[in-house]
Amino acid sequence: MSALEPVIGLEVHAQLSTATKIFSGSSAAFGAPPNTQTDPVCLGLPGALPVVNVKAVEFAMRLGLALGCEIRESNVFARKHYFYPDVPKNYQISQFDQPICRGGEVPIVVDGKPSTVALERIHLEEDAGKSLHDQTQGQTTLVDLNRAGVPLVEIVSQPVLRSVEEAGAYLTALRRLVRYLDICDGNMEEGSLRCDANVSVREVGVSTLGTKVEIKNMNSIRGVMAALVHEIERQKKAVADGERIRQETRLWDPDRNTTRVMRSKEEASDYRYFPDPDLPPVLIDEAWLERVRMALPELPAARAGRLVREFGVSADDAAQLSQSRAHADYFEQVVASVGKVERAGKLVSNWMVGEVARVLNERDGEIDSLGVSASGLAELIQLVVDGTVSSSLAKEVFEKMTQGGGSAAEIVERDGLRQISDVGEIDAQVRQILDSHPQQVQTYLDGKESVAAFFVGQLMKLTRGQANPKLANDIVRKALEERRG
Amino acid sequence: MSGTHLSRRSVEQLLQGMDRGEFSGAELTEACVARVREADAALQAFVEVFDEPVAASSGGRLSGIPYATKANIAVVGRELTCCSRILKGYVSPFDATVTARLREAGATLLGVTNMDEFAMGSSTENSHGGPSRNPWHADAVPGGSSGGSAAAVAAGMVPFALGSDTGGSVRQPAAFCGVVGLKPTYGRVSRFGLVAFASSLDQVGPLTRNVRDAALVYSALAGHDPRDATTMDRPVGDVLAEIEGGPAGLRVGIPRALVSEGVDADVRADFEATCEQLRKAGAQLVDVDLPAAKAAVATYYVLCTAEASSNLARYDGIRYGHRAQAQDGAQEQSLVDMTCATRTEGFGAEVKRRIVLGTFVLSAEYAEAYYNKASQVRTLLRREFDAAFETCDVIATPTSPTPAFLRGEKAADPLAMYLGDVYTVSANLTGLPALSVPTACNEAGLPLAIHLTAPAMQEGILLRAGRAVEHVRGFDEDRWTLMEKSS
Repeated sequence: MSALEPVIGLEVHAQLSTATKIFSGSSAAFGAPPNTQTDPVCLGLPGALPVVNVKAVEFAMRLGLALGCEIRESNVFARKHYFYPDVPKNYQISQFDQPICRGGEVPIVVDGKPSTVALERIHLEEDAGKSLHDQTQGQTTLVDLNRAGVPLVEIVSQPVLRSVEEAGAYLTALRRLVRYLDICDGNMEEGSLRCDANVSVREVGVSTLGTKVEIKNMNSIRGVMAALVHEIERQKKAVADGERIRQETRLWDPDRNTTRVMRSKEEASDYRYFPDPDLPPVLIDEAWLERVRMALPELPAARAGRLVREFGVSADDAAQLSQSRAHADYFEQVVASVGKVERAGKLVSNWMVGEVARVLNERDGEIDSLGVSASGLAELIQLVVDGTVSSSLAKEVFEKMTQGGGSAAEIVERDGLRQISDVGEIDAQVRQILDSHPQQVQTYLDGKESVAAFFVGQLMKLTRGQANPKLANDIVRKALEERRG
Repeated sequence: MSGTHLSRRSVEQLLQGMDRGEFSGAELTEACVARVREADAALQAFVEVFDEPVAASSGGRLSGIPYATKANIAVVGRELTCCSRILKGYVSPFDATVTARLREAGATLLGVTNMDEFAMGSSTENSHGGPSRNPWHADAVPGGSSGGSAAAVAAGMVPFALGSDTGGSVRQPAAFCGVVGLKPTYGRVSRFGLVAFASSLDQVGPLTRNVRDAALVYSALAGHDPRDATTMDRPVGDVLAEIEGGPAGLRVGIPRALVSEGVDADVRADFEATCEQLRKAGAQLVDVDLPAAKAAVATYYVLCTAEASSNLARYDGIRYGHRAQAQDGAQEQSLVDMTCATRTEGFGAEVKRRIVLGTFVLSAEYAEAYYNKASQVRTLLRREFDAAFETCDVIATPTSPTPAFLRGEKAADPLAMYLGDVYTVSANLTGLPALSVPTACNEAGLPLAIHLTAPAMQEGILLRAGRAVEHVRGFDEDRWTLMEKSS
């Protein structure tokens, strides 16, 4: 048997960050006490009727336009029926055979190679409430309907992803895009971005699809990737063992790093879709489409391209710098504040992908959690450029800045981190060091010139790193050469 | 003037009487409540008479006029049961838009009328609280599903009442009880706060004793509502302006194929008599062809059950209304057991029948053959009506192929009951406005009626035609004499 390859399609649900729900006026904000953000419509009270939130439609249009989808002129909402306590009407208002967006593609970069992921469709629907199982004594379930009726777009990719890495890149790109478009906060932990994966395996070279398994319950991009790794291995092993893959839905268990069966195909529901008679089709004309198109912000790929062109940063760095609008804005602000410095873009970029990224990673936060303003970082970089502080000590200064230690200049002064660039001062110290290490001096004079580094090290120790490294090197060399007699 | 007689007056007469200071709104309310106390023990038209009538600020166009509302229309702070066990005890936290509009118009709400459970039925026998009676005949049904509203208006308890009409539920009981029933164009009157039966067919309408009153109440109800996306944002116009236009020049379309068979002889004779008198008075009778109307009942029962199965899914015992208790004294029951038991106990036989039918016609294997096919017929039917209206102003048929039938007569035969909707369902399927106007009584003393349909948003011409029928038949002037003779 030839090698097996995975075939992956992803279904991503993104909560749209509208102020109110998709079919009623109550707040769609996250985190309020349970069942405080409800109204007759999202509670499914008798006689209540849904009315479409035009903003939600517009958010979906933004996404569709950004991804090059075909946007439907007449949008029909359909009812999807299933009994569940967190779906108060026992049907969900969704879109069925006439989704708002068809086609389109998501640009991704894997191992530096750009490609695209083709989309099947994007449709609008209302979110369900939240079931909180086993929160009290006995087998009871509590239901919070704050989330019921929050607008969602479901983004369905074609089954064209061929590796876990591609899946990860696709999700990263989508998350970045929805944030750029300001239509979703992209927070997977809070569930504002959710992903289900359809996975099958087949022999390489075969064009038909294998039996697919759906996996649910991943709440981070890393989780999706881990679940995919596990599921692909499970299926490969099953095929190798001569087993048949069953069509089923499996739940990812991040604690045990495994999946378990949730339901099999035989238990699949008949959703009895039909057009919701309470909602006339939403008509999208060319004028509306054009207004939304004109208001689109610069998209991630375009922004990354511009950063390469305008600031001379590398493509990889540009991708990282443009991870979010705020991040890229911050970068550009720092460059602007640094002012006329040679290769300022590259210099700032190195700080961003280096120290800034390290701190954000430690904090698992976004640029707004850095605690250092763009002008603050620019000030520090200027201090490095004008020689006030050494590059290595600047990292220490930056660390203190992120902890609220004050401005770069303040920290440098207060903690005495100013770089010593006084030739006389360094010279005096170097001579003192040479005098107290005659043996090492002799070793140098005997031809082992690498010993010079030892003296530089000693000097740095003595000056607590403050000596200008370039000057230190030159002066040590000069003083040693002088001793050749 | 005695209280009884005050309660017999039309809305228009009552407004004039109050204008002239002959009596106050409070006295009128008192007279109507007295009439309810007197008559309703026998008729059972009301399921609730409020201890304190819900009055509003005065000054509106219906200021001081008492009315009754159907048990599927929300009134804030009042029980909203749809005459179903499953909603027993459920109190609505909001007003229906029609309730709010009548409140603004100054009308006084006396109570809630009986209906077939969730508006499913043609006799008001499917009410969880028991049937209402026809004021013209103690053993006859008042029709349905708005049977309580029709009986209350016919018996002189209130000058008008609200009903809802999904397949004829305002017009058929109006016909059975000798009152006027109007189903407005779909989208003219808000459905917000009307408990949904079949959302694409439901429309609230008034039951009154004459056509001018129907126009008055309609004017207070109609108009765009931002809370109901299916309402039209178009001016309603003054339907009273052209109402006295008379029969002269009116082109009345008659679908001959539809009225020639399956109709009781007295109904047919009365229908012909009305048409003939309209002609004599200057109207022009035009033959129209509506071949798809033969499939209207079948189409209707596919679509309305499909929508009902969806709309009624929310009654699961979880959030409100009836909840089945665990069996055998158990402390806990599973969710599925509870929901099944709640729906089994909470819904009556007819509602269950329609939920099962609707679930079937929407199921994956059968949706194409039933739901989708019915949707196509619906489109076809609308086209046929539009074509017919190129040659006529209104289309006339009887409202029902029979006069009011006896209680229990059709209860065991749902198909026979459904076939009685043959003349009314087309207006719901097409969304067109339609009106039932009483014409005469048959030999048994039961009222007969004509049914008129007009083009979309043409309530003006519809009401003018209805008023012309009143002119030529003169039923309303004789109603109390006829009723006394009948009972």
